[in-house]
Order: sequence, then C-alpha cells, then structure tokens
Amino acid sequence: MLNTFVVYVENKPGVLTRVASLFRRRAFNIDSLTVGRTEKPEVSRMTITVDADRDQARRIEANLYKLVNVLLVENITNQPSIVRDLAMIRVAATHGARSHVLELASVFRARVVDVSTESLTIEITGGEDKIDGLLEVLRPYGVLEMVRTGIVAMRRGSKSSDAATAVGAVAQETTGDDVSYSV
Amino acid sequence: MKDQKSSSPMTGASILWECLEREGVKHVFGYPGGAILPAYDALKNSKIHHVLVRHEQGATHMADGYARASGQVGVAVATSGPGATNMVTGIATAMLDSSPIVCITGQVGSKLIGSDAFQETDITGVTLPITKHNYLVTHASEVAQTVREAFYVARSGRPGPVLIDITKDAQQTTCPFDWEAAAPQLPGYRPDLSPAPQEYDHALELIHHSKRPVILAGHGIIVSGAMREVRDFAERAGIPVALTLLGLGAFPASHPLNLGMMGMHGEAWVNHTIQEADLLLAFGMRFDDRVTGTLKTYAPNAKKIHIEIDPAEINKNVKVDVALVGDLREVLHELLPRIESIDRSEWLDSIDKLKGDSAVRDIQNLPDSGHLYAAHVINDLWRETREANTIVVTDVGQHQMWEAQYYHHERPRSLVTSGGLGTMGFALPAAIGAKVACPEAEVWVVVGDGGFQMTMCELATMVQENLKIHIAIINNGYLGMVRQWQEFFYEKNYQATPLLNPDFAKLAEAYGIRSMTVSERSQVVPAVQSARKHDGPVLINFKVEQEDSVYPMVAAGAALHEMIRRPSKIVETAADE
Ligand SMILES: Cc1ncc(C[n+]2csc(CCOP(=O)(O)OP(=O)(O)O)c2C)c(N)n1
Ligand SMILES: [Mg+2]
Repeated sequence: MLNTFVVYVENKPGVLTRVASLFRRRAFNIDSLTVGRTEKPEVSRMTITVDADRDQARRIEANLYKLVNVLLVENITNQPSIVRDLAMIRVAATHGARSHVLELASVFRARVVDVSTESLTIEITGGEDKIDGLLEVLRPYGVLEMVRTGIVAMRRGSKSSDAATAVGAVAQETTGDDVSYSV
Repeated sequence: MKDQKSSSPMTGASILWECLEREGVKHVFGYPGGAILPAYDALKNSKIHHVLVRHEQGATHMADGYARASGQVGVAVATSGPGATNMVTGIATAMLDSSPIVCITGQVGSKLIGSDAFQETDITGVTLPITKHNYLVTHASEVAQTVREAFYVARSGRPGPVLIDITKDAQQTTCPFDWEAAAPQLPGYRPDLSPAPQEYDHALELIHHSKRPVILAGHGIIVSGAMREVRDFAERAGIPVALTLLGLGAFPASHPLNLGMMGMHGEAWVNHTIQEADLLLAFGMRFDDRVTGTLKTYAPNAKKIHIEIDPAEINKNVKVDVALVGDLREVLHELLPRIESIDRSEWLDSIDKLKGDSAVRDIQNLPDSGHLYAAHVINDLWRETREANTIVVTDVGQHQMWEAQYYHHERPRSLVTSGGLGTMGFALPAAIGAKVACPEAEVWVVVGDGGFQMTMCELATMVQENLKIHIAIINNGYLGMVRQWQEFFYEKNYQATPLLNPDFAKLAEAYGIRSMTVSERSQVVPAVQSARKHDGPVLINFKVEQEDSVYPMVAAGAALHEMIRRPSKIVETAADE
C-alpha cells in the first residue's frame, strides 16, 4: 500500500541526496517526494510517498532516523490528514472545444492560468484522486503537456508537529501488535 | 586570561590536529598528496604520531584494527581523488562491522569543486552509502565542530565510519579557534534509545516460560562492553550461549555454557541447538544470512527476543516477538535483577549429547597422518599463545573459519576479523593497527596465501614502525574458500583458484623480516615458539593440505540444520595412514 511520510530534516546541502540514496540503497521505491521550506529556516520538510507494507514502512522510518540530519519522521498514512497535489495541464482547446473544457475546469474548481488560440492551461490543486479525475475527462480533448508536483501533506487537527518541536524531538512510538519497540 | 589557542587565529590544518588531539587521538594512519599537504605541513607541531602506510586501503584497515582492538576511534588520512577512492573498501568494511573510524581526506580548493579539477573526486558522494555520516568542509571555521561531531557520531550508538573531506583552502585559511563553541550540534541524532517498561515485562515472561532457550551472542556485546552482564545473565538463567563470528570472545570459550560458533561454518551441535530452541535471545547480533541459513526454516519453534541498539535491524531479516531497542549493557542491567534462576539441565544435557557425533569427525582427534592440516596449525598456535595477551587478526577465507573453530577465544577484542564485508587483504593492515593500539599485546596474523598478497605492501609499514607482529600464512596454494565452493557446487571446476605464489621466505627477507617454512605437524610448535622468542617480526609459511575443506558447512540457501559434514571417507583415510 502507499505510505505517506512527513520527514523533517536539517536544511543543509546534500540532505535530499542522503534521503533519496537511502531509498535506493534499501530498494524501496519512491512514488513521490517533495521538499520545501517550513516556518523555521533551519528545517526543511519532505513529503514522501512510497509503496510498502506495514513492516517495510516501519523499517523505512527506522532507516530514515539513522540519517544524522533527519529530525523527525511521521508516518501519516492512517491519520486524518490534508493531502494536496498541484498539477498544470495544457489541454488542446480550439474554438469548438473551448467552452466544454472551461466547464469541466469549473466543475473541478480548477483555474485557467494561460490561454492561447490552440490551448488552455489549467491549474488544479487537490487530492491525487481529484486531479486524476480531471485528467480523465480532459484526455479526450488532447492533453498536450502536464506537470504535477507530487503531494504535500499535513495532519489534521491540533496535534501539529511543527518544525520547532521537530528540532530535538524524540519520537516515542509503539507500532504493531506483535512487536513493540521504541524508536 | 583567555586560552591563547582560542584567541589567536589558526589555520584549518592546525585546528584539525588540535581537535584530533583533544579527541584523544595518539596515532593516525595516512598517506600524503597535494590536497592534504597543508594538513601534513601542520603535523610537525602536533604530538600525534603519523604511521606512513603503503596504500590508503591499508590506512583504513589499520584505523579499523586499531578501533577493534582498543575500542577507541581509529583515524585514517588520505589525499583527494585516488587517495580517497583507495579508502572505499576499508570504509565499507568498517561500516558493515560497525567499527568506529574517522577518515580525513583532502579535497581540491572550494572554488574548484565541480570543475573536474586535478584529483577531484566527489568522495562524500561516493561514500554516502558506506559511511554512518560524512562531511564536506569548505571553511576553516567549520573544521573544529565537524571533527567533534565526527568523533561523536563514529563512537556513539551503533558505531561506524565517518568521513571528513576538507578542501585545501579550508586547511590553509585561518580563523579563531574555540573548542567550547565547537560542541556538536546534532538535533536529529539519537544514539541513546531505551525500551519501554512493558517490553521488559514481555521479555521476562518469555524467558521464564522457555524450556529450551539459547543466547545468540554478537559483536554488540563487545561494542557495548556487556561481557560481564551476558555472563551473569547466562549463568543465572542457565542459558547456553552460541556466538557469531564477530561475537567470538564476548563469552569465554571455556565457559561450560559456551556452545561455540553458529552459522555457515558453526559446529553442528550449535546449529541443531538453535533449530530446536523454543526461545532465541539475540544479543547485539543482526541475523545475518551467514548465521541463519534459509529464513523459511530458521528456528521454527522459537520465540525471539532481540536486544539491539539499531532500530532498523528489528524485523529486518527475522521477525521477532519482543524487541528491546537500546544499549545492550543497560538493557541487561535492567533485566538481570528480575531473572529467575531456572534448572535447565535437561536442555543442556540434550545439547551435550549432540556434541559426541562431532568429536569423532574432528580432525584434531584423528591420529597424525603426516599431513599438515590448517586446523592443526591453528590449534597448536592456540595452545602456545592462549596464556598470553594475544590478539589474532584473521583475513577472509578458509583459514578464517578454521581460526574461528580452533582458536578458542576467552577475551573480547582478542579476535579481529572482517565479518560483514569479508574483505580479503584486511588482516595484515588491521594487525598493524591493533599492534599500534595495543603495543603490549602479542599480535598474530592468520592469513591465506591469496589475501596476504592483496595488502602485503604493508610489510614495509610494519618494519618502518618497528612492530613485532607474527604472520602465519596458511598456504594451501589456492583461493581455498572459493575452491571449496567449486568442489561442492561446481563439480570441482577449479577456475581461477590455483595460485602461483612468490617465495614467501625470500619476500620476508627482502623486508628484513625473519621467516620460517613449516610443512609437518611436528614443526608447528617449535616454529611458533621460536617466533615468539624472536625480537622482531616473523613470517611463517605454513604449507598445509591443499584441498582440505571447512566442515561443517551450511550451503548458501540451505536450512541451518542441513550441514555438509566432513565425509567419513576422508576421516577414515586420514585415520588409516
Ligand atoms: C577482496 C575480496 N575479493 C574476493 C573475495 C572472495 N573470496 C572469499 S574467500 C576467497 C579465497 C581466499 O583465499 P586465501 O586468501 O588463499 O584463503 P584460503 O581460503 O585459501 O584460506 C575469495 C577469493 C573476497 N572475500 N574479498
Ligand atoms: Mg589459500
């Protein structure tokens, strides 16, 4: 199943390579990886989705912690969370098709960000399903170009793990029913 | 008044040596070159002794041997490019065996990085997957904190190699030096985990309910310094102890509860015991494929308790029932007062019965046939040196396994060997490191005729450093372990395994090393005695049976209890003659 990890790392050169190299070395396949700034300049935040069973997911977490620059790892796969992907889709929309495409975009609450005589460029944010859905209905018109950012994710509710607590935080977690351990 | 060192500016190179000294470094193993020259220039003001190696791989193995023999961080130094890449094998060796070393490499000037300048190699990129952590230092002001962090990371938690790549300009430029202000800042690094209380309860319940428990004793015992605790634990609970290769010495070989080595070349009774156990207590070991055989049939009836400092090892190879993640010594301290002493004599008696079968196959128990077997050499060496403060450093191959079987290690750090990576060429340089770390110890190299030739250039280092090291070449004329696999699994197709060797005696002579050649069993003890009396290094060329094999053997992918045993035919011929 697809697991979503939120990983706080020190904002230092080369840390992205360390994380990516870890997944390659341990033969886990990254589905998507995004990295960006947080409210703390010294902390970067990654959202990583990877196909793994429960046991593999736990090992990924433990291996991430072995990287000296990793501050905090959260597997939010089964937690209520807000997950967003962003896509820009250039779709063929000549005179006749234009109004249909515009209509579809508005149904999906997507925005048109560029117009030319031959095409429309649509920007959409949302869960991956929503974007897949829009793509599906646009495909018959001809998708000329598409780019997606990969997801970013955040847990819902007040239990926020801000970058500040990530610094020096010790995650005490107990997972699994047949085996327990602290990481 | 302020410390003079903290007020006046120093070069990055001087700061480097100053910090190494403050980290307790007395010796470094290295080889100079352009990008590290500023550091070498500053060496003259340092109290640190520099050992000039003959190949940078040797420097890393020396640092590794130094670390394994002493428990202190070993340091290797090299220049950029080829100097740095020559270190790769030694770093990978230290990584897989959790050995704390710090490697320092010079790098081209920071302005030139990325330009394919002369001798530029992205060594932090190259070593990323084989170091515990690494650093690229481009400013003199970063040197002090980086060195402090590197030593801290290398020696804490699960130890491992750390590489520091320092650009030439970072060595040359000056900045104020302030040791206190350069304290490690590693907000994400947590080497000090400990288990939750309920995990102890769960473990104790399993231990007290077990009728057929076995302790699997690994390298972690030695790293953690938990020998006393493991012994108390085994004695109080009446639990026998099987050891991994790197665990040898963690529990005294002569102890009645010691079973011996487990795994691919473990004794048959040890592997059978593990397969029949109802509880495995894994102490600082990682269920490597060399000790488990196929996982499908591994200890099928056993519950498993894993005490391990690295959470990433939990459930990696073998699913366990309880994991106590933390420092082994501390975890055992918690457990010990709560261990009930239980009479397990029935279990121990049944294990004793298994030993009888092995004794009749043991080459030691057969009459002298006139052939010299490696096992004889090792066993005689053990008899002669067991009372002394001996460190045996082995290479990789058949001789390594025979050493593990026939040299009975009583003390931790009395065996230094490359386990996880199985690096041929490790022994001689690692022994040099061990001897530098422990000059009072008697150091023996047990090495194959193949592996010796991989790093024998370090003979010159040994001589230049005046080190009294004894070298026992187990000369079988083959890449023996590979030949054994060809014999068993490739229909004796001995492709690329017969060796044409140099005259080892003459080779030793060329370096001014005394040498002896032994081809009969009766000569072994006199040769060992004479070597020990000699005031200097000695090389003994033991010409042993060429096509002997290491038994028992669990074939790769076979079940742990399915062992290839010494064929009775060989047993009989040897006995007949
Ligand atoms: C650097 C390296 N290359 C290749 C191997 C594969 N290998 C394992 S044991 C062995 C043979 C070792 O021969 P020798 O040193 O003569 O020791 P013996 O087995 O004969 O005792 C080889 C080639 C290895 N372990 N390390
Ligand atoms: Mg050989």
